[in-house]
Amino acid sequence: MTTTTTPKKVTIAEALRGAIAEEMERDPRVFCLGEDIAVPGGWGGAFTVTLGLEERFPDRMINTPIAELGFFGVGVGAALMGMRPIVDVQYGDFLFLAMDQIVNNAAKMCYMSGGQCKVPLVMRAPVGATGRGSQHAQNLERYFIGVPGLKVVAVSTAYDARGILKAAVRDDNPVLIFEHKLLYGSKGARAESGAIDASSEIPEEDYVLPLDQAAIRRHGDDVTIVGWLLTAHLAQQAADRLAVDGVQAEVIDARSLSPIDFATICASVEKTGRLVIVEEGPKTGGVGAEIAAGVTERLGDRARASIRRVASADIPVPFTPVLENAYVPDVPRIMAAALDMVKG
Amino acid sequence: MNSPQAKIDIDSYEAGFLLGLYECMVQIREFEEGVKFLFLEGTMPGTIHQCQGQEACAVGVCTALEPTDWITSTFRGHGHALAKGLSVDEMLFELFGAATGCAGGKGGSMHMVNMDKGMIPSIAIVAGGVPVAAGMALAFKMQQTGQVAACFFGDGAIAEGAFHEGVNMAAIWDVPVVFICENNQYGASTHVSKVMRAATIAERLSSYGIDGRRIDGNDVIAVYEAARRAVDDCRAGRGPAFLELMTYRRTGHSRRDACHYQPKPEREQWLENDPIVRLGQALIEAGHATTEELDAVRKHILTSFDDAVERAKAQPQPTLADLTTHVLA
Repeated sequence: MTTTTTPKKVTIAEALRGAIAEEMERDPRVFCLGEDIAVPGGWGGAFTVTLGLEERFPDRMINTPIAELGFFGVGVGAALMGMRPIVDVQYGDFLFLAMDQIVNNAAKMCYMSGGQCKVPLVMRAPVGATGRGSQHAQNLERYFIGVPGLKVVAVSTAYDARGILKAAVRDDNPVLIFEHKLLYGSKGARAESGAIDASSEIPEEDYVLPLDQAAIRRHGDDVTIVGWLLTAHLAQQAADRLAVDGVQAEVIDARSLSPIDFATICASVEKTGRLVIVEEGPKTGGVGAEIAAGVTERLGDRARASIRRVASADIPVPFTPVLENAYVPDVPRIMAAALDMVKG
Repeated sequence: MNSPQAKIDIDSYEAGFLLGLYECMVQIREFEEGVKFLFLEGTMPGTIHQCQGQEACAVGVCTALEPTDWITSTFRGHGHALAKGLSVDEMLFELFGAATGCAGGKGGSMHMVNMDKGMIPSIAIVAGGVPVAAGMALAFKMQQTGQVAACFFGDGAIAEGAFHEGVNMAAIWDVPVVFICENNQYGASTHVSKVMRAATIAERLSSYGIDGRRIDGNDVIAVYEAARRAVDDCRAGRGPAFLELMTYRRTGHSRRDACHYQPKPEREQWLENDPIVRLGQALIEAGHATTEELDAVRKHILTSFDDAVERAKAQPQPTLADLTTHVLA
C-alpha cells in the first residue's frame, strides 16, 4: 500500500531532476548524456536540471564534449543496445547539429528494420526567446513534428514535466521533449529574467502521463485557445482577462505535438466554433499550421468561424527587448484575435 | 603496405579455418556479381553499392568477432552482412523487396539488418554509424557485457564531422569499439588524396590517442590477425582500436558507374591483387586444396545463389496493410 504524502511545490527544473533521479533509481539502464551535466561544482546542464545528480549516479551521468551530432549518435547506439539514455542539448537551437542522428537514425531504425529495432531514447531541448539573440532562442518544435517515428512533447507545468519525463523514459520510441527557458524556474546564476511561474504541487508518488494527449487548462464555450510551452500560459492569462469582458475561452495546452491530439482540440472547437492557435515562432510552416489544417480537415463546416493564428513574424528572433517582445505572442494579441472572432 | 601480390602467410592456420575464409569471400563475390546482373537485367528494384575486391576486409574482421559482438555497416554493406552471418536468402529477399526479407522489404540494399545476428540496420549516411558504434560500445562497457562493436566505414567518412566526434568520444571513454576504415581510395569518384593532406588515415587517428594501423586489406589473414588483436584489446578494456585496411573498389560507386576516373594501370594493378585469388594460391601451394576443389566451392555457391534467386522471385511482397506498420515500436 502506498502512503499518501503531502504534495510539495516544485519548479519544472526540480520536477525534471526528481523524475530523472527516480527513473535512474528504478532502472539501471537509464543514464544521462550531455554537455556540462556531470561536473562537480558545475551547472547541472544549462538550466540546472541535472544539478547534483553526478554525486548520486557517478557512473551514469556521462559528460560529453561539445559535439551534438556525435553524442546524439552515441545515444542512438546505446538505446539500440538496450540502454535508456536521456540526452539533452543546452539550447534547442543546437538540435540542428544533431539532426542527422535524430531524423535519419533514431526515428527510422524501427521502420527500416521492419520492426526489429527499437530506440528508447529521450531527448530534451530548451527553447524560447529570452534575450539571447537569434541562435539561442528558436522554437524548434516545427522541425520535428513531421518526422515519423518520433514522439514530440512540450511541457509547460512541473506536474506535466514529471509525468511526461517518466513516460518518455519508459517508452520504447525516441521521444523529444521541449522545455521553455522561461518556465524552468531555474535559480541562482541560471535564473531567467521575465520567468513565468510554472511550478506545481506534485505528489511524491510515481505517476506517468500519456505522451499523446492535450490538456484542457480552462473550460469555456465561446472560443478555443490552443498553446503550448510559454504560449499555454499566455493563453490562460488572456482567457482570464477575456472573462472580465464576458468571453469564456477554453484553453488547451497542446502538450503532445506529434501526434497532435486532434480529438481533444476538435471536440473543443466543435463546442466553441472558434479557434485561436498561439505559437512562439514564425507563422509560416509552424506547428499552428498543422493544427489549423488538421482541425479544418476534421471539422469542415462545423467550425463556424475561420481559424486565427497568433504567432511570431516570419523573422529570426531579434535581440533587443523592444523587438523581442514584439516577436513573442503576447496577451493583448491573443485577446484581440479572440474578441475579433467572437464579435465578428 | 605490402606489394600487391605479396604472399599470404597461412602457416599457423588449419585448413578448415582457411577454407572457411575462402568460402565466405567467394560467397560475397558471387553474391555481388549475381546481384549486379539482376540489377542490370532489371529483375531487382532499387539501387546497389557493391564491394567486389574488398571481401577480405569484411571476412577478416567478422571472423575475429564472436556471434554476440555487433557490427555497424554502410551503404556498401552486403559483404559485412554475409560475413556477420546473414543468409543469402534473407538478404536476397530484402533486395527483391519481399515481406520475408531481413527488413520485411522496408530496408533494402542500404539497410541490411539482423538483430539476432549482431547487425543493426546499415547506416547509409556517410560516417553516421561512427557515433552510433561508440554508443553501442558505451552500452557494453556500462553493462559490462564483454561485447565489442566493429564499425565499418570507407575513406570518404573521415571528412565527416560525425566521424571525428564519434571517434573522439570512443577514445575519451575507452569503450570497446574497433573502427575499421576500408580505404578503397575513392569516395564516390573523388580520390582520397584530394580530401586529406596527411599521408595515411591511421596517422590522423593517432591525434585522438588511438593507435591506428595501416594493413594490407586484401590479405585476409593480415586483416584477421589485426582485427583479432584489436578485438582482444577492446575486450580487455584497452579500446577503442582502429584499422586502416588498404583495398580497392573495383566496381562502380553504385549502379552503372563505369569508373572512368580510375586510371587504367591502377585498376589493372589492383585487379591482379585479388584477395580471393591470393588466398586460393596460398591454399594450393600449401596443399590444403586443389584448383578443382576451389572451383567446386565456387560452383556450389553459384548453384545455391541461383536457387535463392528463384526463391526470391516467388516471395510475397508486403501488402498495403504493411505501409504504416513499424513506424513506432
